[in-house]
This record gives sequence, structure tokens and C-alpha cells, in this order.
Amino acid sequence: MLLKIDNVQKSYPGGRPVLRGVSLALDKGQTLALTGESGSGKSTLLNLAATLDSFDGGEITLDGTDLSGLEDPGRAALRRQSVSLVFQQFNLIPSLTVAQNLSFHARLAGRLDEAWSTHLADRLGLSDLLDRYPENLSGGQQQRVAIGRAMAAQPKLLLADEPTGNLDETASATVLDLMLSLVAETGAALLLVTHSQDIAARLDRRAHLSGGRIT
Amino acid sequence: MNVKSWLLILALLLPSFAQAQGYAGLGGSAEGFDIPQPGYRFKFPQDHGPHPSFRIEWWYLTANLTGEDGRPYGIQWTLFRSALKPKETEGWQSPQLWMGHAAVTTPDHHYFAERLSRGGIGQAGVTAQPFEAWIDEWHMRGPDMGTLSLSANGGNFGYDLTLQAQGPLVFHGDQGYSVKSADGQASYYYSQPFFAVEGTLHLPDQDIAVTGQGWLDREWSSQPLAADQSGWDWFSLSFDDGNKLMAFRLRGDRSDFTAATLISADGETTALPDGSVTFSPLETSTVAGRTIPTRWRVTLPDRNLDVEVSALTPQAWMATRFEYWEGPVTISGSHSGRGYLEMTGY
Amino acid sequence: MTVAIIQVLLSHWRRHRLQLATLLIGIALATGLWSAVQAINAEARASYQRANEQLALGQHDELRNPAGPITIDRYLSLRRAGWQVAAVLEETTRIGGRSIRVMGVDMVAYPALPAVTGIEQSATPPDPADMLTAPGRLLASPDLARFLSNQTGLPPVLTSPDLPPDLILTDIGVAEVLLDRKGQISRLIILPDQPRTLPEIAAITPELERVEASSQLDTAQLTDSFHLNLSAFGLLSFAVGLFIVHGTVGLAFAQRRGMIRTLRALGVSMRQLVWVILLELSLLALFGGLAGLMLGYFLAGALLPDVAATLRGLYGAPVSGEIALQPKWAVAGLAMALGGTLLASGHALIRLSHMPLLSGAGVQAWRTAAFNGFTTPLLGLLIMLVGIIVQLSIGGLVAGFTLVAGMLLGAAMLLPSLLSLVISIFQRFTKGPIAQWIWSDMRAQLPGLSLALMALLLALAANIGVGTMVSSFRLTFTGWLDQRLTSELYLTAKDDQQGREISNWLAPQVDAILPIRSVELAHPSGPLFLYGVVDDQTYRQHWPLIASGADVWDRVNAGEAVLINEQLARRQDLWPGDDLMINREYTLPVAGVYSDYGNPTGQAIVSMTRLDQIAPGVEARRFGIRTRAESATELADALRDRFDLPGQAVIQQAAMKAQSMAVFEKTFVVTSALNVLTLGVAGFAILTSLLTLWTQRLPQIAPVWALGLTRARLAQFELLRSVLLAAITAIIALPLGLALAWTLLAIINVEAFGWRLPMYLFPADWARLFLLTLLAALVAAALPAMRLLRLPPAELLRVFANER
Repeated sequence: MLLKIDNVQKSYPGGRPVLRGVSLALDKGQTLALTGESGSGKSTLLNLAATLDSFDGGEITLDGTDLSGLEDPGRAALRRQSVSLVFQQFNLIPSLTVAQNLSFHARLAGRLDEAWSTHLADRLGLSDLLDRYPENLSGGQQQRVAIGRAMAAQPKLLLADEPTGNLDETASATVLDLMLSLVAETGAALLLVTHSQDIAARLDRRAHLSGGRIT
Repeated sequence: MNVKSWLLILALLLPSFAQAQGYAGLGGSAEGFDIPQPGYRFKFPQDHGPHPSFRIEWWYLTANLTGEDGRPYGIQWTLFRSALKPKETEGWQSPQLWMGHAAVTTPDHHYFAERLSRGGIGQAGVTAQPFEAWIDEWHMRGPDMGTLSLSANGGNFGYDLTLQAQGPLVFHGDQGYSVKSADGQASYYYSQPFFAVEGTLHLPDQDIAVTGQGWLDREWSSQPLAADQSGWDWFSLSFDDGNKLMAFRLRGDRSDFTAATLISADGETTALPDGSVTFSPLETSTVAGRTIPTRWRVTLPDRNLDVEVSALTPQAWMATRFEYWEGPVTISGSHSGRGYLEMTGY
Repeated sequence: MTVAIIQVLLSHWRRHRLQLATLLIGIALATGLWSAVQAINAEARASYQRANEQLALGQHDELRNPAGPITIDRYLSLRRAGWQVAAVLEETTRIGGRSIRVMGVDMVAYPALPAVTGIEQSATPPDPADMLTAPGRLLASPDLARFLSNQTGLPPVLTSPDLPPDLILTDIGVAEVLLDRKGQISRLIILPDQPRTLPEIAAITPELERVEASSQLDTAQLTDSFHLNLSAFGLLSFAVGLFIVHGTVGLAFAQRRGMIRTLRALGVSMRQLVWVILLELSLLALFGGLAGLMLGYFLAGALLPDVAATLRGLYGAPVSGEIALQPKWAVAGLAMALGGTLLASGHALIRLSHMPLLSGAGVQAWRTAAFNGFTTPLLGLLIMLVGIIVQLSIGGLVAGFTLVAGMLLGAAMLLPSLLSLVISIFQRFTKGPIAQWIWSDMRAQLPGLSLALMALLLALAANIGVGTMVSSFRLTFTGWLDQRLTSELYLTAKDDQQGREISNWLAPQVDAILPIRSVELAHPSGPLFLYGVVDDQTYRQHWPLIASGADVWDRVNAGEAVLINEQLARRQDLWPGDDLMINREYTLPVAGVYSDYGNPTGQAIVSMTRLDQIAPGVEARRFGIRTRAESATELADALRDRFDLPGQAVIQQAAMKAQSMAVFEKTFVVTSALNVLTLGVAGFAILTSLLTLWTQRLPQIAPVWALGLTRARLAQFELLRSVLLAAITAIIALPLGLALAWTLLAIINVEAFGWRLPMYLFPADWARLFLLTLLAALVAAALPAMRLLRLPPAELLRVFANER
């Protein structure tokens, strides 16, 4: 099992519980849509899976590593090596060019494949934008760079949090299509957080989060 | 004569000290200093010179003069000695201090100047034989006390005069022992009131040849004022009949003390006791912000003397380190004549 | 409505308290350092004036005897001729190891001296008998009175608060005993009130020379250059402080753009906004300025004792070590705070007022716009050029400072471009992704840090420049002392008679006896000290000549020529071959010029025979004695014993050098203190810049963190970045600092003190300063780094979330 979430609990500072025992599993090559109302904890759950945040109870295993009790360096290593992330916004490093952003994660992980990167840039329609800086890109372009960067690292698991949340319909469709096809192409698993039932429908499975539990 | 001098001296450097004890500290005690004794026999020429073991001493000359222009003038030349300690030493650390005052009074102006020095270095002093009293370039000197040349300069005035004694020295009080208060404070006091004077006054716009009469006072003591005495009015009057009168009033908190000497034309003296002479101010002037009596009635009932004494120039104020009024006067009434008036403590 | 606008604008500061604090501290620091310097200057000048008034210095003409002391006889001759002159005996002596000027005046004949009048009129005037007769009384400032009361063998001491420090005023009769100068008079003051007619002084005392009041040494004039130096430093600190203000205000304006857009959309006019903002800035300036005044007051209090020591050591100028709050510099300080704040904010305000209503530009755009393009560096070059042109065309001390200012300001404006250039070079040659990110991120941060780095550049350049100047000076001075102080012993006899006895006794047992005789002459260029020398190898071998004609010493010793010191040479533009008019009768060709760092006045050297012709009877009490170094101590003791000399009358070379060096070191204490403070302010500027950048940092850092870097490493990078920027700035500062040092040595010093110094390089000092800079940058970045380290992940995650 690539990602196993077992009875995980999480409260916000102040004590309000967000997750009250959530369990979930995702294997290689699988895609899962996580839906729920605003504030239902779906982003929180994704962040936990991405090792970006810590939880209060239960167990999460990512690529065979138990996350509970893992210190900062271990978590950072997992982020570098095993997962890639795409957020709703501010995915990119403002001070780096598109080209540098694209290759950044892969180089951090130590497995930059130039041919694959060039291929990705082509596929994502970024070849003409490589020297630009993020602030000069449209939202859709930025998200395509984010996806490119994520896939360039050849992750086992792609975690995406409302990647099209800030985009208009056309851009949204393009970005989603590209992401799904690249996931399929590479055999990466995908956990996608969305509030859109339409998007959720395009993935293998879906889980709905409500009242802090999967329903 | 002038009590004034007392003041000046001690207070020479210390105005506030002066205010603390009588006028200019003249009411202070006389530790270590000699005290005048009755029956003292004067020795001349030595006694024309300084007496360092006494606290204060002066050579005080005033003169009533008439100019070639016919106008009346007065001059003053004074050398004060004040001792911080009853001794004299060589060099800067001499405890003897000297102060010179010079003035010329015209009917409409009063010019004055002041000089300060210490003893020990020769900048000021007095020698008895030949006689010389000096401070800086000011001097009163001659082969003896009878023949003197007198000179002083201020910023805009000066004079060069010669003095010729026409009569003997006269001694006040009890043969020169002059009592200054009911408590017995006293000084040694003699005068030469018979000087014939001639020479030149230097005024800002002209020199004027003058002739007239001069009066030299010599006095020394260590504590001439009683503690409650605050000032005095002193008169030296020369009447046209040749007689002269020295009279003073020391103003005390409890009572005034007066004394006088009547001097005949040939130098015979009669000492008049406390209370013999009356002094009443008839008119005051505002001088240097103070109210000063500038016309007086002076009477000596026993001698049928009843005169009005008027200042020639009411503004004859000596704005020196210790301020006082000193100027020529004219006399009218039962007798007429000229003289000098000195007032302190106003 | 205005109230509503104010409320909205002020709400910004409630939310950004740190920014508010930074702004106030920036204003306070700028005002504080400036006010401190002004306070010190004001206090020093007030001291000179007080001393001049109290002691009637430079107010009356004086009579001096070029040949030595005046006797009482000569004084009497003048007095008996009517001249109203007051005798003064004065000499600097050492009491309990402290150098003290004793001034004895004739308190009887000159009671109008303000210091004496003041004492007479005090609440408890001393008894004149005590003042005038043995043992007498000494009058001294409270501080000196305390010191003197612990010394034995002195007359009782009275306190006189208005007297200058390190001066004893007493009656001349007391002074002659204290100084062992019985019957001697140093000078006669010609009093203002003179009698109607007077003979010519020349007819009475032809040997005395009349010195006009106007040609007497004027402390205020003499120390002007020193105070100008201090002012320049104050201004530098002020400028550095303004960098902080500029940065903070700019950021605050940028952050408030949204708010201002909203206000304008709601119908508030730009004019209204500008007025309200001006009001707001003025209030901030006022508060910051007040805090700065307090800071300045205490700073001045802390620095003044050293400044006072410097001025006394260098110029003999009387300055007391206590500071008083004077309304003059307090008001000036507030005005500077206000003016400075408005100046520093003007740019931001103008840009704000031209902002289009619907402009979408945010903080990032403001940053990049601030220093992009060629305008700033071009302006920087232009300013540098103006400084150089002013120096070349006008010259003088003020032009010298203009050059320095142009150089520093111009370089500061060039700095961002230079840094950007350096970084892009590094970036190009970097391979790893993280290193690449660090460089690119550094470059992105540059606009926000530029002002702080400019401040750092100025502080560093000033440090290097002034440090190089001081160290060069020290090195030169030490070498000069070695040349100048060649005699093993220096001796001062009681009088000429004893001087002769001592020379006779010494002659058979030492290598050489070198009389040191001098006379102060009134000269058109100011006081001129004329020295006589005997023909001796010591001079030929060691005397520090910086310019000389042929056969210098032969010509001087033959009485044909004169040597002059550098000060006189530069002031009068006299060099070998020119003629020096010594007085009306004597004009001699200049054979050589020697360096002279001991005093600011003009000096000349002639042969002893010449000296006796020019000023007959100059006293001969002082000698240099050449002997074997090993026997110097023994000989000194023998001299003291045999001739009953006080300890200070025989001084060994080493002690003399030590004394000179001590004075030298004191001279630059203040300079160093201001240097350190300026560096501190620059460090603070970096800290505040980093702190204000903080909110903009998260979007930069969060993605990198999310991609697998720990906060610990990111924190390290924060430190590294700050240190790297500081390091590059420091490297750029080095040549600037050296240029500054050269200007100080070759231009400012010549104008201010009259001497030009060779420049030496001190790499060890640079290394120390470099490390100090890195440390400062590390400390400045420590707080933000610590914050990052402890930052909860939720804060970072928020970056990606919707709510931003």
C-alpha cells in the first residue's frame, strides 16, 4: 500500500476537532478524489499525507514509512523523494524562472531526467515560457508549471489540493486533463482534493469527508 | 574727618562683607591691630607716613577753587590705606591695600576716577620724608608737608596743582584723639586746612587755571565706627572771616553722634563736644537713584553760627567701588564762605 | 471625515507595531547621534566662551616680553607712568600627575576680571586677607577642586563653578609661590580704561611687545576644524539613520496602497490624503525626535569627557566634561528629525500621490521599481563627480567634506547595481538547485535590503577610512616622536641661573646638551613660536624634514636660513627658497620644512645666535640631554638630588613619549566611538529591513519548504544570505573606505590641522572589521531565522490556502 491512513485524528489549536478518526488507503497507480464541504478537513488530510503537518492520533504510512514520530528531516526527505504537491496557488518559487522551477524538485530529489523534463515542458505547452518568472504568467500557466514540476520529479504519489480552484473553466479543464493524462502515463498515484463533483467523477474512486469522518 | 574712609577700606574687596557689619565693615573688631589711645604724642614727619599696624588710614585733600573764568570748582585727591593684617611685607603678598580717588567738580559736572593697588611692590604708598603719597602716576609730594605738588588723571579729566601751607597743622578732638561714638571708638585725626592752591584743571574740552584753598585731612584708626552706626555727614567749612569749622554727624540706630572743631584764622582750635552742632537737611536731590540731602542748615548756637550749606553740584556722586557723595559747597546765613561736604551710607 | 481618514491610516500601525517601532527607532537614532554631536559642539563652544569671558582672554591687548618674563620693576614703570596694566603670571604645571594651567592675576589692580568679580559677589565671598596673603587660596572648577583637595602642599582650594577645567585661578602673589616664579610676570593686560594722557609704551618699556587682542590665539577658531569633523560624523550617522526611515516609510506606504485605493474609491481626494499623511509623518518625526533627543543627551554626556580631553590635549582648549541641555541644539535636533523624516519619506509620498486610482501594483512592484533601471546608479556617478569637481575647483575644508559626502552618497547609490551584478555572476556559475535558489532569492530580496546595505556600506567605508587615517596617523606620529624626541633626558631648570649651573655640571659627563629655547612672537599668520638650535648631529641626523633645500643645516646653523613647521608652510604657502618674515627687522629664507604634529600653531627654527639677535634674553631653562641610554635614569636622579629639582623637571625620553602617545590616543576616542555607533546603526538597519521583509518572505519560502527542505535548513539559508550580502557589501566598501582615508589624509587633514600624512594599509584591521560585519549580519538575521525555525507549519500552509 502506497498511502495508508488509519483512524487519524487532528484538532486545530484551541481544540476544535477536524478529523475524528479518518481511514483511507491508496495503492500505486490509483486515483482518489477527496470531496467535502469547506472546512470539512479535506485539505488538512491532504497536508497530513504530504507530511506538511502533524496529527494527534491514528497512523499514516507513506511508501512504507510510518509518519508518526518522524522528525523534520525525515519528513522533508519523504517530500523530496516520494510525493509531489500541487496547490491551489503560490506553488512556484517566485525568484526562479519557469525552467528552474520545472526542474527544481527533480534536482532536489536527485533524479533530473532532462529528456523527460523537455518532454513535460512540451506536453504542458511551456516551451516558450521557460525564461519567464512566475509573476509574469497567467494562473493557468502557473498551474501547468506546478504540474510539470511535480511530474518532473517522477513521484510515486501526487497530492493536489484544488489545483483548478483559482482558474476559469477553460484553463481548469486543460490543467485537469494534463494532470490526469500525465498521472496515467507515469503510473503515479493521485490524491486530489476538490469540492467539485464533476472533477471527482473523473477519478477512479472518491471519498467524501463530513463531520471529520469519511462517509 | 571722614568716616567715609573707614568704610571704603575694609570693604575694599568685599562689598557683601561690608554690608554685614556696619558700613564697609568699619564696625568690625580690631583683632591684632593697634587702637588709638588718648594722649598720643604725634611725631613729625614720621606721622605723615603710613601706620601699617592700624587697619585704616587716609590722606584726604579737598580744595575749593576759582577758575580764570571766574567759575567755582572743587577737587578731591584721596589715598586710602587698608590693612588686611597689621604689618607690611615685600612683594605681591603684602597685606596693605591702597585705593586712590580723584575728582573734579564743576558747577555742572562731576568727574571722578579710582585706582587700586597693593603695598609691597611700590605701586602705591606713602613716604614721610621727603613726603610723597602716590598710587600709579597720581601723586602728592614735596620736600615737606608744607609745599606739595598734586596730580591725578582720569579718563577725561585731571589736574596739576601746587599747595602751599599758610598756617599750622590743627589737631581735632583731644589733641588729635578724635572720638567717633558714645562707646568710645576713636581715631587719630589732624588736618592742614590752610593750603593755598594754584595750578591747572584738565577738563575734557579745555584746561583751566585755578586758584583757591585746600584742606588736607590725615586720619588713622582700626575701628572708628560703633556697630550701629551706618553712615555720616561730614563738613569742612571755610568762612570768609578766616575762621573754619570741621563738623560731622555719625548716624546711629540708637542716636547720632556729633563732633566739631572750630579753627581760628591763626590755627587755634576749639573742640566741640557731642551735641554742640545741629544738622538739618533742608532739601534733597535724587542722586544715583538715592535721596541725598544737598542743602543743609548747620547751627552752632553757642557761637551764634546759623548757616545754610548748599551743594555746588548736587550730582557730585562718587560711583566708585564704595559709593558716596563728596563735593564743594557754598555757605550763606550768619556766615558765608565755601567748603566740602561728604555724605555716606545713603 | 479627516478624523475617519486618520483612523484608517493609523490602523495600519496598530497592525504593524514592529514597523512603527522600527520607524521611531530610525528617527530616534538619526536624531540622537546628530544631536549628541551638536550637543558636544555646543557645550565645547560654550566652554570656550565662558573661559574667554571669565578670564577676559583675547579681549584686551597685551604686553609680552619676547625674551622671557617681565619683572615687577618694568610693571611699576608702566604703572607709575599711568598705564593701567594688570599683571598675569601663568604656566602649565603638573600637580599630582595632572597637567594644570595656573593663572595668577593681580586681583587687587584688576578686580574687574569677571571670574574675580563673580567670586566677590558670591553668597559666601572669601576673606580678601585669605585670598591675598599667604598661603592664599586657589580657585578651581568643582571637579578640579575635588582633585586638588587630595593633593598635599597646596593652599586651600575654593570652588568656582564658572572656571574652565584644569585651570587654577589665583592671586599673582600665590601663583608666584606655587610656580616658584618669584617676581616674574608672564604678560600684562592693557586694561580698557586708561587715563587722559599717556607716554608711549615704547618710551617706557621698549623691550615689551604689544600683542593685539585680535591676534591672540582664539580657541574657537583653532578648534573649528575639529568641530566640523565631528559635525561631519554626526551628519553621516544622521544619513544612515534616515536610510532606516526611508525604508520603513516606503514599505508602510506600499502596504497601505490597498487601503488608500479604497479610501480614494470612497471619495477621499489625494490632496486630503497627502496632508493627512504629512501630519502623520510629522507626528512620528516629533515622537521619534524627542526620543532621539534623550538618546543624544545621554550619548553626549557619555562622550563629552573624551571630547573634552581631546580638545584640551590637542588645542589646550578648556572644555568641561559635563553636558547641559541647551534649547538651541534641542530645537535644532527636532527640526532635523522633522526635516529628515520628510526628506526620507518624500520619494514615497510623491510616488503615492501619483498612483493611479486603479493601480494594481503591490509591494513587490514597489520594491523592484525602487532601484531598477539606470537612474539610480547614474545619479550616484553624477553625485560622485560633483564632489570631485567641487574639491578641484573650490578647495578648502568644506569642499573636502563635499568630496567625501559625494563619494559616499554616490557609492551608496551605485551599490544595488553592483550587488546585483555580483550576484548574477555567482548565479551563473552555480550548479546545485539549492545554491541556485539561494542566489536568485538573494537577488529578489535585494531591493528590499538595498537601503540597509547602503547604510552598511557607508558605515563600513567610514570605519575603514577613519580607521586607516587614525592608524596611519599613529604610525607616522610614533615615528615622528622617535625622530623628534631624541634626547635621553629633558630638563627644566628653575631659572636661567640654575640652567647655567646645570649645564656646567653636566658638560663633562654627557654627550651633548641641547638647549631648548623658544619665544612666542606675534605674526600675521597668528602666534609664531621661534626656537633656537645649536649645531649638533642629533638634529642633522634625526630632525623630521619633509622638504629641504641644499645644505639645510649648514645654512640654518650659520644663521642664514630658517626651518619652519608644516603647519606654517601650508598656511602661508612657504617652501624652501621662499622668505619668512619673522618680525619687522628679520626676514630669512626658508631652508626646510619639518613635520610637527604636536600643536596647531606655526613654528620656526633658527640658530641659537640668530634667536638671541631676534629676541635677546630668551630664557634658557630647558635642555635636552644626550647621554648613554643606560645611564639616563641614574643621571636624572643625580640631577634631581644635586639641584633640588622637582620630579617633573627631569623627564626621561620614554616618559615623554608615553605622555605624547596618551594625548594622541585620547584624541581619537570619540572618532572611534562614533564609528562603532554608526556600524551599530547600520546593523540595526539590516535587522529592521529583514523584519519588514518578513511577511514577504513566506510566499518565497513556503514552496521550497513544501518541496522537501526543513525549516532548520531554510533558517540556515536565511543566515547565510544575510552574511553573504554583508560580505559582498564589505568587499565593495574596502576600496571606498581607502578612497575616503586618502581624502581624509591628503585633503581634510591638511585643511583642518595643517599637516599631510602618508597613508599606510592595515589588512589586519580590515579582516577584523570584515568579521565584525559578518557577525553583525548574522546577528541581524538571527531573529528572522529564529522565527522561521519556530514557525508552525500551519503558517506556511496558509500560503497555499484560499484565504490569502
